[in-house]
Amino acid sequence: MNKATRSLLALAVAGALAVGTASADIPNNTIKLGVLSDFSGLYKDLGGDGSVVAAKLAVQDSGIEKKGIKVEIIQADHQNKPDVGSAIARRWYDSEGVDAIVDVPTSSVALAVAQVTKDKNKVFLASGPGSSDLTGKSCSPNTIHWTYDTWMLANGTGTAITKHGGNTWFFITADYAFGHALQHDTTAAVEKAGGKVLGSVNVPINTQDFSSYLLQAQSSKAKVIGLANAGGDTINSIKQAGEFGIVKGGQQLAGLLVFITDIHSLGLQTAQGLTLTTTFYWDMNAQTRAFAKRFAPLDKGIHPTMVHAGVYAAVLDYLKAVEALHDVKDGVKIVDEMKKMPTDDPLFGKGSIRVDGRVLHPAYLMQVKTPAESKYPWDYLKLVATIPADEAFRPLKDDGCSLVK
Amino acid sequence: MQALFGQLLVGLINGAFYAMLSLGLAVIFGLLNIINFTHGALYMLGAFCAWYILQSVHIGDFQLGYWSSLIIAPLVVGAFGVLIERTMLKRLYKLDHLYGLLLTFGLALVIQGVFRNEFGSSGLPYDIPPLLAGGFNLGFMFLPLYRGWVVVASLVVCLATWYVIERTKLGSYLRAGTENPALVQAFGINVPLMVTLTFAFGAALAALAGVMAAPIYQVSPMMGADIIIVVFAVVVIGGMGSIMGAIVTGFGLGIVEGLTKYFYPEASTTVIFVIMVIVLMIKPAGLFGKEH
Repeated sequence: MNKATRSLLALAVAGALAVGTASADIPNNTIKLGVLSDFSGLYKDLGGDGSVVAAKLAVQDSGIEKKGIKVEIIQADHQNKPDVGSAIARRWYDSEGVDAIVDVPTSSVALAVAQVTKDKNKVFLASGPGSSDLTGKSCSPNTIHWTYDTWMLANGTGTAITKHGGNTWFFITADYAFGHALQHDTTAAVEKAGGKVLGSVNVPINTQDFSSYLLQAQSSKAKVIGLANAGGDTINSIKQAGEFGIVKGGQQLAGLLVFITDIHSLGLQTAQGLTLTTTFYWDMNAQTRAFAKRFAPLDKGIHPTMVHAGVYAAVLDYLKAVEALHDVKDGVKIVDEMKKMPTDDPLFGKGSIRVDGRVLHPAYLMQVKTPAESKYPWDYLKLVATIPADEAFRPLKDDGCSLVK
Repeated sequence: MQALFGQLLVGLINGAFYAMLSLGLAVIFGLLNIINFTHGALYMLGAFCAWYILQSVHIGDFQLGYWSSLIIAPLVVGAFGVLIERTMLKRLYKLDHLYGLLLTFGLALVIQGVFRNEFGSSGLPYDIPPLLAGGFNLGFMFLPLYRGWVVVASLVVCLATWYVIERTKLGSYLRAGTENPALVQAFGINVPLMVTLTFAFGAALAALAGVMAAPIYQVSPMMGADIIIVVFAVVVIGGMGSIMGAIVTGFGLGIVEGLTKYFYPEASTTVIFVIMVIVLMIKPAGLFGKEH
């Protein structure tokens, strides 16, 4: 062995040791993220493949791989079933070395995954689910909830519309936990703002025809018809409301949970005038536009929904915390670090994470443009009002979260 | 009282879709003895065909696309039906009903899966053709013009089908062919061709319903799966294979469902199945079915 070889070897050993010590708690210098979403059902377009794309873009933008830490992303379909979701989560944590689970639309699945994540002391970065229980009575030291929740939707849309004169409401409500929660929260917001709820009708999930319910809403003479439903139910009810001349007759439609993919599917001719609350719109500023431009070609032209944006921001913030701690094993520690650091990303801007795991960022009351106002593909929304971060989400004192002391 | 009239009318409109879909199922079952689970998928294909045509021939504001779809989509889907019948179903006629059911059920899942993968789950936009937009105020309710058109068109199609099968010579060949194919063949009638065309006709009816549904329901890969179960219940209540039974129960159950939506909305998706259970207990062959 000559001198040159020897010194080279020594250097290699030293290098290996250095990396070894620096990343003692990141085994193999690899972080493994699992995107658990709906890849085949109702929420496929608003989460699904797009959520994987968003996670990958976040990894790219974090620059963490340049520092020698590899990030591996795997995905699975929870089929909107809590048992399937929690079984996948358990398998991922126990035998596949997944460090954090991302997205998880459908609240019932998310609540199950949050429990498994807590038991295994990993990290759950929720973007897809809506239930405000995730940071309320079912809050967990291992969960961070990005993007939106039922309280924020209800409060945003309910308060703003009531204050703008829409002070009598009728609800068309999906007859399951999510729909009832939305109606309940919105009713509270409407009444607080001085409005009145004239009536409501509970509609079974996956209903094709809403005309009977729309007629009831029409004859209630309420100024606003609140749609406390999601996905295909929302699309069908908006489509048929157009047909029955509800908006032309002077009543206003308020979609309590409407994603940009729903608007794309309805077309502006049908959706125009609809008021909704969102926390992200791709055409908001230069940074969001740049993101959409990178995102769309990777997801069949779909422009990012707020759920996709939430996945991006959550992964970015998570990687920042892991990098700062050099630890990927202790879930609670990582989540605590994330709560300590302010959040800052190109899509939601500056924000913070509260002790209950709720991420605070502004929300926006938007209105769907008319076909004439829309100038280019996916040009669908215009801003009506901005709800500041400290007003957009449920106050800590009303949380019922055990982490709040 | 006014509201009640409205609900009755709305029920009738929904009944029009049930009638058209269950009619196709009844024709196929009555003449081919196949329990056709692809029917929902064929209905969905009809709606997607309409969307595709609209994309490719959109001329100015006048949606020529819709009107041509009413003819082209059933033809395309009918041709697809021929393909299914010739290549797959033909082999199953001698076997138990169950095999046909399993094959068509599997096929429906495959078709839906392919479309979901290709077009996503939130569906595609489809507006009401301008000629049929708007509506009248009937005093007790606002009737969209398009809905009126759906009821009239579906009644015409249903009654014409019933007439052809029950009252014409062609219909009598069809019915005879299913009773005793060998004998009818001996008279020089091409029975296999007749059977293929019958299946194609059933498929075309589903596609026609799909085109008519496109402007008012969500055009999505799952639209057929959502409605097919109800339609099966309609056929069972009417009596498997009974043409008139399918039409009358289709409209009748639409009205019952409409009333349920008014008096007890939570039960509106279950009421049809409750009726199905009662009918099966009292008259197992269905309201209009013949007991063997």
